[in-house]
Amino acid sequence: MEALMILLLLFIIVCAVSVSFTRDLLTSIIIFMAMSTALCVVWVLLSSPDLAITEAAVGAGVTTMLIFVALKRIHAIKAQKERDNG
Amino acid sequence: MDKEKMSRWLKGEISPLDESMIKDLSHPNNKPEEDPFLEPHKLEVRTYKRFSRWMHRSGGVHFQHAYLVVAIVLTFVLIGVLIAVSLDLPCFGNAVSLTDDELSTYYVEEGLHHTGAPNIVSGIIMEFRGFDTLGESHVLFIAVSMVIMLLYVPPTERIIAKADTVERHFEPTHDEVLRHGAKLLVPFIVVFAINILLNGHISPGGGFSGGAILGAAFMIMLEAFGPAPLDRYISFKVLRRLMTCALSFYAISKGYVFMTGANGIPNGIGTGTFGRLFSGGLLLPLNVAVGMVVACTMSVMYALLRRKGEL
Repeated sequence: MEALMILLLLFIIVCAVSVSFTRDLLTSIIIFMAMSTALCVVWVLLSSPDLAITEAAVGAGVTTMLIFVALKRIHAIKAQKERDNG
Repeated sequence: MDKEKMSRWLKGEISPLDESMIKDLSHPNNKPEEDPFLEPHKLEVRTYKRFSRWMHRSGGVHFQHAYLVVAIVLTFVLIGVLIAVSLDLPCFGNAVSLTDDELSTYYVEEGLHHTGAPNIVSGIIMEFRGFDTLGESHVLFIAVSMVIMLLYVPPTERIIAKADTVERHFEPTHDEVLRHGAKLLVPFIVVFAINILLNGHISPGGGFSGGAILGAAFMIMLEAFGPAPLDRYISFKVLRRLMTCALSFYAISKGYVFMTGANGIPNGIGTGTFGRLFSGGLLLPLNVAVGMVVACTMSVMYALLRRKGEL
Protein backbone atom coordinates (compact mmCIF):
# COMPACT_ATOMS: atom_id res chain seq x y z
CA MET A 1 0.00 0.00 0.00
CA GLU A 2 2.85 2.38 0.76
CA ALA A 3 4.29 1.95 -2.72
CA LEU A 4 0.91 2.64 -4.30
CA MET A 5 0.46 5.75 -2.19
CA ILE A 6 3.91 7.09 -3.08
CA LEU A 7 3.32 6.36 -6.77
CA LEU A 8 0.00 8.16 -6.75
CA LEU A 9 1.38 11.19 -4.94
CA LEU A 10 4.24 11.45 -7.42
CA PHE A 11 1.74 11.25 -10.26
CA ILE A 12 -0.29 14.05 -8.71
CA ILE A 13 2.78 16.28 -8.30
CA VAL A 14 3.87 15.68 -11.90
CA CYS A 15 0.36 16.42 -13.18
CA ALA A 16 0.05 19.59 -11.14
CA VAL A 17 3.35 20.94 -12.41
CA SER A 18 2.73 20.01 -16.02
CA VAL A 19 -0.66 21.75 -16.13
CA SER A 20 1.17 25.07 -16.18
CA PHE A 21 3.77 24.01 -18.68
CA THR A 22 1.65 22.80 -21.59
CA ARG A 23 0.88 25.13 -24.45
CA ASP A 24 -2.47 23.76 -25.44
CA LEU A 25 -5.37 24.55 -23.13
CA LEU A 26 -7.21 21.37 -24.00
CA THR A 27 -4.25 19.29 -22.83
CA SER A 28 -4.07 21.07 -19.50
CA ILE A 29 -7.77 20.46 -18.85
CA ILE A 30 -7.34 16.73 -19.43
CA ILE A 31 -4.26 16.61 -17.19
CA PHE A 32 -6.27 18.36 -14.48
CA MET A 33 -8.97 15.72 -14.80
CA ALA A 34 -6.41 12.91 -14.47
CA MET A 35 -4.99 14.57 -11.36
CA SER A 36 -8.48 14.68 -9.83
CA THR A 37 -8.97 10.98 -10.49
CA ALA A 38 -5.66 10.06 -8.87
CA LEU A 39 -6.54 12.28 -5.89
CA CYS A 40 -9.81 10.37 -5.55
CA VAL A 41 -7.88 7.09 -5.19
CA VAL A 42 -5.63 8.76 -2.58
CA TRP A 43 -8.70 9.66 -0.53
CA VAL A 44 -9.82 6.03 -0.62
CA LEU A 45 -6.41 4.88 0.62
CA LEU A 46 -6.69 7.38 3.50
CA SER A 47 -10.04 5.82 4.51
CA SER A 48 -12.37 8.76 3.76
CA PRO A 49 -15.11 7.52 1.40
CA ASP A 50 -17.12 10.77 1.65
CA LEU A 51 -14.26 12.73 0.18
CA ALA A 52 -13.65 10.08 -2.48
CA ILE A 53 -17.22 10.19 -3.76
CA THR A 54 -17.27 13.97 -3.75
CA GLU A 55 -13.88 14.23 -5.46
CA ALA A 56 -14.90 11.78 -8.17
CA ALA A 57 -18.19 13.53 -8.84
CA VAL A 58 -16.98 17.10 -8.58
CA GLY A 59 -13.32 17.02 -9.60
CA ALA A 60 -13.22 14.41 -12.31
CA GLY A 61 -16.68 15.23 -13.58
CA VAL A 62 -18.35 18.56 -13.10
CA THR A 63 -15.45 20.99 -12.59
CA THR A 64 -13.55 19.78 -15.64
CA MET A 65 -16.63 19.98 -17.85
CA LEU A 66 -17.45 23.47 -16.59
CA ILE A 67 -13.90 24.72 -17.28
CA PHE A 68 -13.99 23.13 -20.72
CA VAL A 69 -17.30 24.71 -21.63
CA ALA A 70 -16.23 28.12 -20.32
CA LEU A 71 -13.03 28.03 -22.37
CA LYS A 72 -14.95 26.93 -25.42
CA ARG A 73 -17.30 29.87 -25.00
CA ILE A 74 -14.45 32.36 -25.33
CA HIS A 75 -12.97 30.41 -28.26
CA ALA A 76 -9.76 29.61 -26.43
CA ILE A 77 -9.79 25.97 -27.57
CA LYS A 78 -8.71 25.52 -31.16
CA ALA A 79 -10.40 23.01 -33.43
CA GLN A 80 -8.47 19.97 -34.59
CA LYS A 81 -7.71 21.44 -38.04
CA GLU A 82 -6.13 24.57 -36.60
CA ARG A 83 -4.06 22.51 -34.23
CA ASP A 84 -2.79 20.34 -37.09
CA ASN A 85 -1.91 23.32 -39.26
CA GLY A 86 -0.53 25.72 -36.65
CA MET B 1 -25.67 56.00 -19.26
CA ASP B 2 -24.33 59.56 -19.21
CA LYS B 3 -24.42 61.90 -16.23
CA GLU B 4 -27.39 63.92 -17.40
CA LYS B 5 -29.63 60.89 -17.64
CA MET B 6 -28.38 59.69 -14.27
CA SER B 7 -29.20 62.99 -12.54
CA ARG B 8 -32.61 63.08 -14.15
CA TRP B 9 -33.26 59.55 -12.93
CA LEU B 10 -32.13 60.44 -9.44
CA LYS B 11 -34.42 63.46 -9.32
CA GLY B 12 -37.30 61.29 -10.42
CA GLU B 13 -38.06 62.89 -13.74
CA ILE B 14 -37.71 59.68 -15.71
CA SER B 15 -38.51 56.23 -14.47
CA PRO B 16 -35.71 53.63 -14.35
CA LEU B 17 -37.41 51.52 -17.01
CA ASP B 18 -37.61 54.39 -19.43
CA GLU B 19 -38.28 53.34 -23.01
CA SER B 20 -35.43 55.47 -24.28
CA MET B 21 -32.96 53.23 -22.44
CA ILE B 22 -34.25 49.92 -23.76
CA LYS B 23 -33.58 49.09 -27.35
CA ASP B 24 -36.64 47.68 -29.05
CA LEU B 25 -35.22 44.83 -31.10
CA SER B 26 -38.37 44.24 -33.10
CA HIS B 27 -38.07 47.69 -34.65
CA PRO B 28 -36.37 47.34 -38.09
CA ASN B 29 -33.90 50.17 -37.47
CA ASN B 30 -32.50 48.75 -34.24
CA LYS B 31 -30.02 46.01 -35.01
CA PRO B 32 -28.64 43.94 -32.17
CA GLU B 33 -25.11 44.84 -31.20
CA GLU B 34 -22.28 42.86 -32.73
CA ASP B 35 -21.15 40.13 -30.43
CA PRO B 36 -17.34 40.31 -30.44
CA PHE B 37 -17.10 36.67 -29.47
CA LEU B 38 -18.73 35.63 -32.73
CA GLU B 39 -15.81 37.01 -34.74
CA PRO B 40 -12.83 35.73 -32.78
CA HIS B 41 -10.09 36.90 -35.12
CA LYS B 42 -11.26 40.51 -34.82
CA LEU B 43 -11.26 40.33 -31.04
CA GLU B 44 -7.75 38.93 -30.87
CA VAL B 45 -6.28 41.47 -33.28
CA ARG B 46 -7.91 44.42 -31.54
CA THR B 47 -6.88 43.31 -28.06
CA TYR B 48 -3.37 42.43 -29.16
CA LYS B 49 -2.85 45.81 -30.83
CA ARG B 50 -4.00 47.65 -27.73
CA PHE B 51 -1.83 45.48 -25.52
CA SER B 52 1.32 45.81 -27.62
CA ARG B 53 0.91 49.58 -27.80
CA TRP B 54 0.73 49.72 -23.98
CA MET B 55 3.69 47.40 -23.64
CA HIS B 56 6.03 49.43 -25.84
CA ARG B 57 4.92 52.79 -24.53
CA SER B 58 5.02 52.42 -20.77
CA GLY B 59 7.87 49.95 -20.32
CA GLY B 60 5.57 47.01 -19.97
CA VAL B 61 8.41 44.63 -20.74
CA HIS B 62 10.11 45.33 -17.42
CA PHE B 63 6.84 44.81 -15.64
CA GLN B 64 6.45 41.43 -17.31
CA HIS B 65 9.92 40.26 -16.28
CA ALA B 66 9.46 41.46 -12.70
CA TYR B 67 6.04 39.81 -12.54
CA LEU B 68 7.47 36.49 -13.70
CA VAL B 69 10.30 36.52 -11.16
CA VAL B 70 8.07 37.50 -8.24
CA ALA B 71 5.51 34.86 -9.20
CA ILE B 72 8.09 32.06 -9.25
CA VAL B 73 9.64 33.16 -5.93
CA LEU B 74 6.24 33.41 -4.26
CA THR B 75 5.26 29.94 -5.48
CA PHE B 76 8.37 28.36 -4.04
CA VAL B 77 7.94 30.21 -0.74
CA LEU B 78 4.35 28.96 -0.52
CA ILE B 79 5.41 25.38 -1.31
CA GLY B 80 8.09 25.57 1.39
CA VAL B 81 5.69 26.89 4.01
CA LEU B 82 3.07 24.21 3.27
CA ILE B 83 5.60 21.38 3.40
CA ALA B 84 7.06 22.68 6.67
CA VAL B 85 3.62 22.87 8.26
CA SER B 86 2.57 19.42 7.07
CA LEU B 87 5.74 17.85 8.48
CA ASP B 88 4.80 19.30 11.86
CA LEU B 89 1.43 17.57 12.09
CA PRO B 90 1.09 14.34 14.13
CA CYS B 91 1.44 11.03 12.30
CA PHE B 92 -1.45 9.38 10.57
CA GLY B 93 -3.32 7.10 12.97
CA ASN B 94 -1.55 8.45 16.04
CA ALA B 95 -3.37 7.12 19.09
CA VAL B 96 -2.06 9.87 21.39
CA SER B 97 -3.83 12.66 19.55
CA LEU B 98 -7.20 11.10 20.31
CA THR B 99 -6.75 11.33 24.07
CA ASP B 100 -4.94 14.67 23.89
CA ASP B 101 -7.48 16.54 21.82
CA GLU B 102 -10.69 17.21 23.74
CA LEU B 103 -12.72 18.21 20.74
CA SER B 104 -12.15 15.12 18.60
CA THR B 105 -12.66 12.89 21.67
CA TYR B 106 -16.02 14.53 22.25
CA TYR B 107 -17.00 14.15 18.60
CA VAL B 108 -16.09 10.47 18.47
CA GLU B 109 -17.71 9.54 21.80
CA GLU B 110 -20.78 11.74 21.84
CA GLY B 111 -21.39 12.02 18.12
CA LEU B 112 -23.72 9.10 17.72
CA HIS B 113 -25.71 9.89 20.84
CA HIS B 114 -26.06 13.57 20.02
CA THR B 115 -26.92 13.41 16.34
CA GLY B 116 -28.25 9.89 15.84
CA ALA B 117 -26.28 9.41 12.64
CA PRO B 118 -23.97 6.41 12.14
CA ASN B 119 -22.00 8.40 9.56
CA ILE B 120 -20.11 10.68 11.89
CA VAL B 121 -18.80 12.93 9.12
CA SER B 122 -22.32 13.83 8.05
CA GLY B 123 -23.28 14.41 11.66
CA ILE B 124 -20.36 16.76 12.19
CA ILE B 125 -20.88 18.86 9.09
CA MET B 126 -24.62 19.13 9.56
CA GLU B 127 -24.99 19.34 13.34
CA PHE B 128 -21.82 20.26 15.19
CA ARG B 129 -20.54 22.51 12.39
CA GLY B 130 -23.92 23.45 10.97
CA PHE B 131 -23.02 27.12 10.58
CA ASP B 132 -20.30 26.34 8.06
CA THR B 133 -22.58 24.23 5.90
CA LEU B 134 -25.25 26.92 6.04
CA GLY B 135 -22.79 29.52 4.79
CA GLU B 136 -21.54 27.15 2.11
CA SER B 137 -24.99 26.61 0.64
CA HIS B 138 -25.54 30.35 0.57
CA VAL B 139 -22.24 30.86 -1.25
CA LEU B 140 -23.32 28.35 -3.92
CA PHE B 141 -26.61 30.18 -4.34
CA ILE B 142 -24.90 33.57 -4.66
CA ALA B 143 -22.47 32.18 -7.23
CA VAL B 144 -25.21 30.82 -9.45
CA SER B 145 -27.20 34.05 -9.09
CA MET B 146 -24.18 35.99 -10.36
CA VAL B 147 -23.77 33.63 -13.30
CA ILE B 148 -27.44 34.02 -14.20
CA MET B 149 -27.19 37.78 -13.95
CA LEU B 150 -24.20 37.88 -16.26
CA LEU B 151 -25.08 35.26 -18.81
CA TYR B 152 -28.83 34.78 -19.04
CA VAL B 153 -30.52 36.15 -22.14
CA PRO B 154 -34.31 36.37 -21.84
CA PRO B 155 -36.29 34.71 -24.64
CA THR B 156 -37.32 37.99 -26.26
CA GLU B 157 -33.77 39.01 -27.06
CA ARG B 158 -32.27 35.87 -28.51
CA ILE B 159 -30.64 35.63 -31.90
CA ILE B 160 -31.17 31.96 -32.44
CA ALA B 161 -30.12 31.61 -36.07
CA LYS B 162 -26.67 33.08 -35.58
CA ALA B 163 -25.90 31.03 -32.47
CA ASP B 164 -26.76 27.79 -34.24
CA THR B 165 -24.47 28.32 -37.21
CA VAL B 166 -21.45 29.00 -35.03
CA GLU B 167 -22.06 25.93 -32.87
CA ARG B 168 -22.52 23.55 -35.78
CA HIS B 169 -19.16 24.50 -37.22
CA PHE B 170 -17.14 22.40 -34.82
CA GLU B 171 -19.26 19.55 -33.57
CA PRO B 172 -21.87 17.11 -34.80
CA THR B 173 -25.38 17.62 -33.54
CA HIS B 174 -26.58 14.03 -33.53
CA ASP B 175 -23.88 11.91 -31.95
CA GLU B 176 -25.27 8.37 -31.98
CA VAL B 177 -22.91 6.95 -29.40
CA LEU B 178 -23.67 9.74 -26.96
CA ARG B 179 -27.42 9.48 -27.43
CA HIS B 180 -27.67 5.74 -26.96
CA GLY B 181 -25.21 5.80 -24.09
CA ALA B 182 -27.16 8.57 -22.40
CA LYS B 183 -30.45 6.73 -22.86
CA LEU B 184 -28.99 3.66 -21.16
CA LEU B 185 -26.98 5.32 -18.41
CA VAL B 186 -28.96 8.29 -17.14
CA PRO B 187 -31.63 6.30 -15.24
CA PHE B 188 -28.92 4.43 -13.32
CA ILE B 189 -27.06 7.65 -12.58
CA VAL B 190 -30.18 9.34 -11.23
CA VAL B 191 -31.08 6.35 -9.04
CA PHE B 192 -27.51 6.19 -7.74
CA ALA B 193 -27.58 9.91 -6.93
CA ILE B 194 -30.88 9.59 -5.05
CA ASN B 195 -29.47 6.64 -3.10
CA ILE B 196 -26.42 8.63 -2.03
CA LEU B 197 -28.60 11.62 -1.12
CA LEU B 198 -31.09 9.72 1.01
CA ASN B 199 -28.51 7.56 2.77
CA GLY B 200 -26.26 10.47 3.65
CA HIS B 201 -26.49 9.92 7.37
CA ILE B 202 -26.04 6.13 7.28
CA SER B 203 -23.43 5.47 4.61
CA PRO B 204 -20.81 7.69 3.01
CA GLY B 205 -22.15 10.38 0.79
CA GLY B 206 -24.46 13.14 1.80
CA GLY B 207 -25.83 16.23 0.18
CA PHE B 208 -22.85 17.50 -1.78
CA SER B 209 -21.89 14.28 -3.51
CA GLY B 210 -25.47 13.36 -4.38
CA GLY B 211 -26.17 16.81 -5.73
CA ALA B 212 -23.03 16.80 -7.87
CA ILE B 213 -23.98 13.45 -9.38
CA LEU B 214 -27.50 14.69 -10.14
CA GLY B 215 -26.01 17.74 -11.82
CA ALA B 216 -23.75 15.48 -13.88
CA ALA B 217 -26.80 13.48 -15.03
CA PHE B 218 -28.44 16.69 -16.19
CA MET B 219 -25.29 17.62 -18.08
CA ILE B 220 -25.25 14.33 -19.99
CA MET B 221 -28.91 14.75 -20.92
CA LEU B 222 -28.29 18.27 -22.14
CA GLU B 223 -25.33 17.22 -24.26
CA ALA B 224 -27.06 14.23 -25.81
CA PHE B 225 -30.49 15.58 -26.59
CA GLY B 226 -30.29 19.37 -26.68
CA PRO B 227 -32.38 21.79 -24.65
CA ALA B 228 -35.77 21.20 -26.28
CA PRO B 229 -36.75 17.82 -24.76
CA LEU B 230 -35.56 18.90 -21.31
CA ASP B 231 -37.55 22.09 -21.41
CA ARG B 232 -40.84 20.28 -20.78
CA TYR B 233 -39.96 19.17 -17.24
CA ILE B 234 -36.73 20.82 -16.15
CA SER B 235 -37.12 24.37 -17.44
CA PHE B 236 -35.39 27.42 -16.06
CA LYS B 237 -38.40 28.40 -13.97
CA VAL B 238 -38.50 24.97 -12.29
CA LEU B 239 -34.80 25.02 -11.44
CA ARG B 240 -34.97 28.54 -10.05
CA ARG B 241 -37.93 27.78 -7.83
CA LEU B 242 -36.47 24.48 -6.67
CA MET B 243 -33.22 26.13 -5.65
CA THR B 244 -34.96 28.96 -3.81
CA CYS B 245 -37.34 26.64 -1.96
CA ALA B 246 -34.55 24.28 -0.93
CA LEU B 247 -32.33 27.05 0.39
CA SER B 248 -35.21 28.74 2.25
CA PHE B 249 -36.18 25.46 3.88
CA TYR B 250 -32.59 24.88 4.93
CA ALA B 251 -32.20 28.39 6.36
CA ILE B 252 -35.51 28.36 8.24
CA SER B 253 -35.08 24.94 9.81
CA LYS B 254 -31.47 25.55 10.77
CA GLY B 255 -32.44 28.96 12.13
CA TYR B 256 -35.04 27.33 14.34
CA VAL B 257 -32.50 24.80 15.62
CA PHE B 258 -29.92 27.51 16.33
CA MET B 259 -32.41 29.76 18.14
CA THR B 260 -33.72 27.03 20.42
CA GLY B 261 -30.23 25.69 21.03
CA ALA B 262 -28.75 29.06 21.93
CA ASN B 263 -31.50 29.83 24.44
CA GLY B 264 -31.43 26.39 26.06
CA ILE B 265 -34.96 25.44 24.98
CA PRO B 266 -35.28 21.83 23.80
CA ASN B 267 -36.39 21.68 20.18
CA GLY B 268 -38.91 19.07 19.27
CA ILE B 269 -36.60 17.06 16.99
CA GLY B 270 -35.42 13.72 18.25
CA THR B 271 -32.61 11.50 17.06
CA GLY B 272 -34.58 8.41 16.14
CA THR B 273 -33.42 4.80 16.19
CA PHE B 274 -29.96 3.89 15.03
CA GLY B 275 -29.50 2.99 11.39
CA ARG B 276 -32.99 3.49 10.03
CA LEU B 277 -33.72 5.71 7.07
CA PHE B 278 -35.87 8.22 8.97
CA SER B 279 -33.50 8.87 11.82
CA GLY B 280 -30.94 11.41 12.80
CA GLY B 281 -33.36 14.26 13.33
CA LEU B 282 -33.18 16.88 10.62
CA LEU B 283 -30.29 15.26 8.77
CA LEU B 284 -32.31 13.64 6.00
CA PRO B 285 -34.30 16.74 4.91
CA LEU B 286 -31.20 18.93 5.15
CA ASN B 287 -29.20 16.54 3.00
CA VAL B 288 -31.95 16.60 0.37
CA ALA B 289 -32.08 20.42 0.46
CA VAL B 290 -28.31 20.78 0.05
CA GLY B 291 -28.35 18.22 -2.75
CA MET B 292 -31.02 20.16 -4.61
CA VAL B 293 -29.06 23.41 -4.30
CA VAL B 294 -25.85 21.80 -5.59
CA ALA B 295 -27.60 20.01 -8.47
CA CYS B 296 -29.38 23.16 -9.62
CA THR B 297 -26.12 25.13 -9.38
CA MET B 298 -24.24 22.72 -11.62
CA SER B 299 -27.08 22.37 -14.12
CA VAL B 300 -27.77 26.08 -14.49
CA MET B 301 -24.11 27.03 -14.84
CA TYR B 302 -23.47 24.35 -17.43
CA ALA B 303 -26.57 25.09 -19.48
CA LEU B 304 -25.96 28.85 -19.51
CA LEU B 305 -22.35 28.45 -20.63
CA ARG B 306 -23.14 25.80 -23.19
CA ARG B 307 -26.11 27.29 -24.92
CA LYS B 308 -25.01 30.92 -25.03
CA GLY B 309 -27.47 32.29 -22.53
CA GLU B 310 -30.41 30.04 -23.21
CA LEU B 311 -31.69 27.37 -20.94
